[in-house]
Amino acid sequence: MTRDQLRHIFIEELMSIAPDIDLDGVPDTADLRDAVDLDSMDIMNLLIALHQRLGVDIPEADAIKLTTLGGAVAYLAERSSAT
Amino acid sequence: MPSLGADMDDGVLVEWDVKPGDRVSRGDIVAVVETQKGAIEIEIFESGTITRLLAAPGDTIAVGAPLAELDGPAATAGETEAAKAAPAPSAKAAAEPAAETLPERPAAPTIETPAVAATAREKTAPAVEAAPAAKAAPAGRVRASPAARQLAAERGIDLAGIQGTGPDGAVVRDDVAGGKAPQPAPGARPAAPTKTAETTGPARRGFDVDEMRKAIAAAMSRSKREIPHYYLSHTIDMRVASGWLDELNAQRPPEERVLIGMLLLKASALALTRFPEFNGRYENEAFAPAPAVHIGMAVAMRGGGLVAPALHDVDRLSLEELMAKARDLVARVRSGRLRSSEFTDAGITVTSLGERGVDTVFGVIYPPQVAIVGFGTVAMRALATENGVDAVPTVCATLAADHRVSDGRRGALFLREIDKLLQVPEAL
Repeated sequence: MTRDQLRHIFIEELMSIAPDIDLDGVPDTADLRDAVDLDSMDIMNLLIALHQRLGVDIPEADAIKLTTLGGAVAYLAERSSAT
Repeated sequence: MPSLGADMDDGVLVEWDVKPGDRVSRGDIVAVVETQKGAIEIEIFESGTITRLLAAPGDTIAVGAPLAELDGPAATAGETEAAKAAPAPSAKAAAEPAAETLPERPAAPTIETPAVAATAREKTAPAVEAAPAAKAAPAGRVRASPAARQLAAERGIDLAGIQGTGPDGAVVRDDVAGGKAPQPAPGARPAAPTKTAETTGPARRGFDVDEMRKAIAAAMSRSKREIPHYYLSHTIDMRVASGWLDELNAQRPPEERVLIGMLLLKASALALTRFPEFNGRYENEAFAPAPAVHIGMAVAMRGGGLVAPALHDVDRLSLEELMAKARDLVARVRSGRLRSSEFTDAGITVTSLGERGVDTVFGVIYPPQVAIVGFGTVAMRALATENGVDAVPTVCATLAADHRVSDGRRGALFLREIDKLLQVPEAL
């Protein structure tokens, strides 16, 4: 799966669990918890959605790596190619 | 029209989910109503058959006025709504429950009823005809987020004509905005039928940050005016609870993990079973303890405002069940699909600041409740322990409670009970 596809999927799942956020102008490096006010429940829902959609195992300790768009794409690319 | 808060005077019917002839059971969702708190699904409190709808989408209906007629085996003439109603949301003025007849347009929707169920087997005058259907009436159920409804109302767009990309196909703001979504699904671009705002018909209020701000202002002003608050604070050592939870979560896939906030909620719920004076309602100069532990979970809305819908029977749920319910509740707050019972059932509120909060929250009681428990952020802090001063995870638990109902001594014991329960997390 390409990075563009992973990026697309990540954004799609994010917009699904948090339809009330606006990602316009949010840089890839921004912490989404600050940039669009995601709380721990939102992050948990996002991990679940990504896990179910991609089948990628995301250990609790790695959750922090998915809090930026850029970090998430890099992490998912690494994990999905590893499996 | 049920009262979904102390400050609610009326609501706008958005859609019917039933039609005459439909059989309904207690708890079924029969309609969606737009209030200051967004779109709310109205649950019926009795079983039977819908015989007549008395309101049309777009109508503004006063609290207490009937929405529909219901015919059921248990129905007996003359029985009033209040008799079978859910716990009363609140009442300043003990007005007669429901208006006997429904005027086509309630001129002065100011009745605040003590107890009105989300149903309408009310003896309505047969002469009353359903109001003429609104022009913008949605044909069927349209799932949409509050932001989407607001934007659609502003632009005069019919939500029914839009393909949603949100959860369960819900229409989200970007669907309405058209093309603002970063990666719209193929075909999701709405072919928005653009009517002008003037043609969208009657008062569709829509979710509105300003309206919610007004609702919060009214409730909180009343709280600070009427409720003599007292405040207590207690620091809880979270070494055991955090360690236990980390270990539990490490072995689990994301969908089975539990957030630390659930331990705090469950411990509060169990403590409440031993301290019932913090769970209930103060109305008409008397305290009525709640029959069950339904906890309002404060959820901040992005863009402003907050709601505290009820999680039911928290004391009886496993941590996993509680987590699933809380996730569902937050998702429905985000997409604007809360249910009427969630607005009326809570006997206490718990507010938890989450992981990026601050040390301590001093709550304001949500009337007619009599207490609010607050948890600051769980974080590493200096604590005097058996080893001296250590850096350990702690949380600051606070209680704001109504001095008309309880005293500081009991409040202190209540917070200590929560502490004690958190020291044995496997028993939660």
